[in-house]
Amino acid sequence: MTELTDQDVRDLEIKANTIRELIITTLIEAGSGHSGGPLGMADIFASFYFHILNHKPEDPEWDGRDRLILSNGHICPVRYATMALSGYFPIEELKTLRKINSRLQGHPHRGALPGLETTSGPLGEGLSQAVGMALSARLDKKDHYIYCLTSDGEHQEGSIWEAAMAAGKYQLSNLIQVIDYNNIQIDGNISDEMPLEPFVDKYRAFNWEVLEVDGNNIREFIASVEKAKTIRDKPIIIVAHTIPGKGVSFMENDYRWHGIPPDIEDVSGAPPKGEQAKKALEELRVIGERLQHAE
Amino acid sequence: MLNKSLNLNPKFFDSDVEQKPTRAGFGTGLVTLGKENPNVVVLTADLSGSTKTDAFAKEFPDRFFDIGVAEQNMASVAAGFGVSGKTAFISSYATFSPGRNWEHIRTTIVYNNADVKIAGHHSGTMTGPDGATHQATEDIAITRAWPNMDVIVPCDNIQAEKATIAAGKKYGPMYLRFSRDKTPVITTSETPFEIGKSYIYWESENPVATIAATGYMVAYALLAAKQLEEEGIPTLVVNVASVKPLDEQLLTDVVGRTKCLVTVEDHQVMGGLGGALAEFFAKTQPVPIEFIGLQNTFAESGTPAQLLEKYGMGKDAIIAATKRAIERKETR
Repeated sequence: MTELTDQDVRDLEIKANTIRELIITTLIEAGSGHSGGPLGMADIFASFYFHILNHKPEDPEWDGRDRLILSNGHICPVRYATMALSGYFPIEELKTLRKINSRLQGHPHRGALPGLETTSGPLGEGLSQAVGMALSARLDKKDHYIYCLTSDGEHQEGSIWEAAMAAGKYQLSNLIQVIDYNNIQIDGNISDEMPLEPFVDKYRAFNWEVLEVDGNNIREFIASVEKAKTIRDKPIIIVAHTIPGKGVSFMENDYRWHGIPPDIEDVSGAPPKGEQAKKALEELRVIGERLQHAE
Repeated sequence: MLNKSLNLNPKFFDSDVEQKPTRAGFGTGLVTLGKENPNVVVLTADLSGSTKTDAFAKEFPDRFFDIGVAEQNMASVAAGFGVSGKTAFISSYATFSPGRNWEHIRTTIVYNNADVKIAGHHSGTMTGPDGATHQATEDIAITRAWPNMDVIVPCDNIQAEKATIAAGKKYGPMYLRFSRDKTPVITTSETPFEIGKSYIYWESENPVATIAATGYMVAYALLAAKQLEEEGIPTLVVNVASVKPLDEQLLTDVVGRTKCLVTVEDHQVMGGLGGALAEFFAKTQPVPIEFIGLQNTFAESGTPAQLLEKYGMGKDAIIAATKRAIERKETR
């Protein structure tokens, strides 16, 4: 990775905003799916696909690629939008999400779309697979990184802690986990449903290096990945605090938008059904214009 | 008589027939595979001794991973290996793997099409004194239902070794079922084995019933067939080690000839070998079928012989079931 100029950061912010627009249009077309998490993670996905990852969109199976595992598969609209924008498949294909004969399954399926590293959706399984990939890379003396994206809610699954224990045992410094810590799950806020705190202490106790960052600040996030790569003999977790629904005022920090797309139901405090997507896209357009004209 | 063309153990019916556990064949098969293929890796969940992965661990320490008592993580770590160019074997008791970690296997190994073989040990009531908590009696049912999944139950330690080696040479998910105690050695190194094939191990002249058995229960089926012949009832015995895929051609042929069937397994009668054959013959040629296995019940602590007797799965039960099947055929 090269030094980031202000213009580089702004370009990535513009990409993230475009990804958010694609998420909204894709979800409307699909008629079901998740809004909150994908919008919140757009900055991190833009950072990965347009700056951090060593990858070749035209050759998704290239052996030297960094592996990006999405454990919380339900936020796949952000992955699909980002992959399309970076050239893995035509943007037009986003319209097929969740529809019959589509490569874009409602939860990602490795066998369906080149560029997906795993099949995911059932929570708490990605980190284990990342451990296997990291061990395999070590056996083969390969130097690519294994990035594993997880969520806070899925840390309520027991098996993810089995994986955390194993990564600590094997001192997998080629494994960098990024947790989307947005404090929402379907039924409510994490801190009410089943709190994870003290989260950072838990991972330290499992022999991980822990970094914390504002997950919606691209410069900060990329710097944290750079720092993670300098750490030896330990797996690294970047705790990315994000705003679910980021960019759409009436969705931000509201768990009720975890699992629904715009315009499916009336949500108090939001525009009425039928007006939600329009309002969301208008807000994102304004953000995009501001970024385009920023000094 | 025993099928001469298959080079079965000529001493099988001797009282001092050699006995070995099928899990031993798994252990030796892994070492052979490890020597042949540097991409074979083995994972266990704190059960390397009893599931016989210890010899591989000693020979190839860099390719052996003890994941601790964590079967869910073991399955999905193996999935990570299995999509990275490795052939991974995971080994534990079948109640825990593929039992406890069923959904991890479903999503990250089977649907994900990772090159992972699941070795389920201590299957059936044969796990005896440990009690029903450790007797896997539903594992065939829960693995057979998956698309993209082979299910193999070897009949003795020699076949177990061949099945393990064959598994390592075929890409994709597979379930291998092993049992704990020593059981009679039925085959020899010369006996053919192929995934997807069944073999006629015993055939009396003009057989009137097919006894289809899987796993170590093939031995009991053979003992039953010998006694039935002595009583003047000719049968044939098929070893269905490959529960999935089934050898449809051979099975169609033998059941076409005998017009009735007895299925024999140390497993619940629901969803296992009996279920598989009932599904198949319901579609192709409905015939009377009798099912030997656990009849919708958990077993308990006891010696394997006591349990087979109490739960109606031993030689005498097979003989009685065969007579019932023949009678049902004749009174149709």
